[in-house]
Amino acid sequence: MKNRTCLGLMLSCMVSVGCQDLDDAEVKQKGLIYCSEGSPVTFNPQLDISGTTADAAAHQLYNGLLDFDPETSKVIPALADSWLVSEDGLTYTFQLRKDVQFHQTGYFTPSRAFNADDVLFSINRWRLASHPYHKVSGGVYPYFESLGLQDIVAEVNRLNGYRVEIKLHRPDSSFLATLATDFAVMLSAEYAEQLMLAGTPELLDSQPIGTGPFKFQQFRKNNYIRYHRHADYWEGQAYQEQLIFDITPTSSMRLAKLITGECDVIAFPAQTELRIVDQRQDLVLEEKPGLNVGFWAFNTARPPFDDPKVRRALAMAVDRQALLDAVYSDSAVASKGLLPPTSWAYDENQRDVHYNPALARQLLDEAGVKRGFRMNIWAMPVQRAYNPNATKMAELIQSYLDKVDIRVDIVSYEWATFRRLLKQGMHDSVLIGWSADNGDPDNFYRPLLSCAAIASGTNRANWCLPKYDELINDALRYTDEDSRMHYYHQVNELLVEQMPLLPIAHAYRFQAYREGITGMQINPFGGIRFGQVRKEGR
Amino acid sequence: MLVYLGRRLNLLFFTLLILCIASYTLAFLFPGDPLTNLSGNPISSEDQAQQLRMMYALDDGYIAGFWQYLKLTLSGEWGLSLTSQNPIFADICQFLPASLELSLYAMAVSLLVGIPLGIAAGLNHRRYTDMSILSVSLVGFSMPVFWLALLLILIFSLQWGGLPMSGRVSLIYEIPQYSGFMLVDILQADIDNKKQVLMDALHHLILPTLSLSIVTCSLVVRLTRRSVINVMASDYIKAAYAKGLSRTQVFWHHGMKNALLPIMPQLAMQFTVLLTNAMIVEVIFSWPGIGEWMMQAIYQRDFPAIRGGMLAVSALVVIVTICVDLLIRTIYPLSKKQLHAQV
Repeated sequence: MKNRTCLGLMLSCMVSVGCQDLDDAEVKQKGLIYCSEGSPVTFNPQLDISGTTADAAAHQLYNGLLDFDPETSKVIPALADSWLVSEDGLTYTFQLRKDVQFHQTGYFTPSRAFNADDVLFSINRWRLASHPYHKVSGGVYPYFESLGLQDIVAEVNRLNGYRVEIKLHRPDSSFLATLATDFAVMLSAEYAEQLMLAGTPELLDSQPIGTGPFKFQQFRKNNYIRYHRHADYWEGQAYQEQLIFDITPTSSMRLAKLITGECDVIAFPAQTELRIVDQRQDLVLEEKPGLNVGFWAFNTARPPFDDPKVRRALAMAVDRQALLDAVYSDSAVASKGLLPPTSWAYDENQRDVHYNPALARQLLDEAGVKRGFRMNIWAMPVQRAYNPNATKMAELIQSYLDKVDIRVDIVSYEWATFRRLLKQGMHDSVLIGWSADNGDPDNFYRPLLSCAAIASGTNRANWCLPKYDELINDALRYTDEDSRMHYYHQVNELLVEQMPLLPIAHAYRFQAYREGITGMQINPFGGIRFGQVRKEGR
Repeated sequence: MLVYLGRRLNLLFFTLLILCIASYTLAFLFPGDPLTNLSGNPISSEDQAQQLRMMYALDDGYIAGFWQYLKLTLSGEWGLSLTSQNPIFADICQFLPASLELSLYAMAVSLLVGIPLGIAAGLNHRRYTDMSILSVSLVGFSMPVFWLALLLILIFSLQWGGLPMSGRVSLIYEIPQYSGFMLVDILQADIDNKKQVLMDALHHLILPTLSLSIVTCSLVVRLTRRSVINVMASDYIKAAYAKGLSRTQVFWHHGMKNALLPIMPQLAMQFTVLLTNAMIVEVIFSWPGIGEWMMQAIYQRDFPAIRGGMLAVSALVVIVTICVDLLIRTIYPLSKKQLHAQV
């Protein structure tokens, strides 16, 4: 009897393993599973700058007026067919694409195609404080506010149904690039109106409607996001019928799921795991230098970090090369200033601080920082290319600072809480970073350290120096690269002197996916795109 | 019987009451504002705080507060989760079935495999069959669940690549939730590729069930074996042999029932052990059950959710234990002598 039971069990197991492979492959091919690293805060990229939100929403659900070519980083047409810039650089006229359909879902049926009204709605929502939707879902538009864009754009006018004119107060050579970023998405004015009438305007950002290749189906926090293909997509419908984000916060878990085939593509493979991906025949690893920077920012609103001497001393107390070797393992280059070497404004001869603990202690003594002084370092709880393991880095810095008699407490919270408290300025210093949203150098200088970026929460150093703002504003008045370079060199010089943050590394971007996936492209910046991705049968 | 029933219900009532008191006290012991810990609402305005204080009767002393809390708890008002702002009771109703499902299957597998093996070992006392079954069960019994689960993943998912290692069913399939029991839901769902989905769900079940049931199964084997050995050595079995009955007849007519009945309570109690183990296994297999849910709550210091989860799981364990006790009592006459509950 015993034998029979065992045999029966074994047989049924074997049968069930055997059957599945035959008829299942076809069904599985219809859906693409992306193992992402966290839950998005919202489905409207205007409201959040985190990469997680951009990945989940920007290129899946929406389009902008313009887009970037992932190969050349040049601005290319998207929902705007063509555009004209006036001689004085103040007026931009956009000709919109016709027959661009919005998503039709269980909660909304569009009655018209995309037109100028949607552009006006989408831009005015973040631009005008008086707009009925401005205050909905928190009313903070971090990216635009960090650029101070609401003060640059003077008016947005509808010339006819498919022609829009945008007037600026002052010329801004990065304006087109800004419109092409992940954050400048086009929402549906018709849907917004319906929701307003129904009294549930906040659904606009949690039950999204856009023009992108996929439409929103279902979201369960910390679990999954489900998308279906948008059949009437203007660029031609996506290859995959379904797109699923399987939210898997641990990176080793993502790798394991990639190996078992439970994921087709994974987010942020950890540096230590790259070799495994590389060795396996059925997995593909791609790399590309990214436009990003990982840094250690000091909260200059809190003494003693308001003293540049203290900040310089702390920067000198840490051996950045050692951090680079320990944390990034060959997947990043050391920083010299904010800009990565791939940016056109990179300055090779830039002055830099060097590791010198003796001098660091001396500077600290001069600034009156006592021996045994306690400070905290906030280590971000998620992995990013620009900082794959902030906790480990914090521990290393802790041991370096110990040598100059400064005691360090390492602090970490869950990611959403972490960012909220960070914005409130509860930290002494923080290990975090920035991935550029467009190829323009201004996209590093302005959101990270300008005065306007304090309010929008991207200036982690809470540092505000009018001279700095003046210099980066001056740089934008010129369109030729050489003149802008001249200003950026001065800015770099100022930053070495002031040291509001210590740039540590610029990471490569990696993408790991299973053999048989085609059409994946690494964007040097911005969110992931699945519109052109195709899954072949095994 | 009535006295017995009364005693058990009494026990149930007071255990649950103590659990409620403990969970209410937790709200005050956790760091932060007790009001936030109870309601899960981040207090933003004085008005709202006032309203919540009224709702929880916080100003009327601890006794009145607890009475109010009891009323709210019984009516399903368990507060909101701090991180997701979902009602905790709804969350628990959603996640608990997944844990129950896993534990039930694991229980079934343990009994179906464990009892026959135990009997085989018991009947062949001190022979090779017995020794080998006993030693294998010792190994199974000594293995920590989390380690076993990881080992199974390593072998069956990563090395051989046949079985999935996370979730209840591939995310490709959309299964609407009715009962929360995946297999039931799939059978009820209106989908065209039902057979495939069912197969996929079974695939997802194999590893978690296996890692859960190995430990319990070893326990069942050892319990059954001991009981069979005892029974087979008793006088009435000898008498039966003396009557000239064959080995099979003796066992089926006299041994089996007498061997299994006394260990029924112990076997049934394994369910609560299983439920606790299931919570560990869930975390490893990303099984969306109550264990994983509570783990997330613990990581994110979501105190209302921790409190609610603790209450739900411990109440469930208590209720299951008492029910099993009552059930055994009705089918096993000898236990009638025991008036007091045993745990």
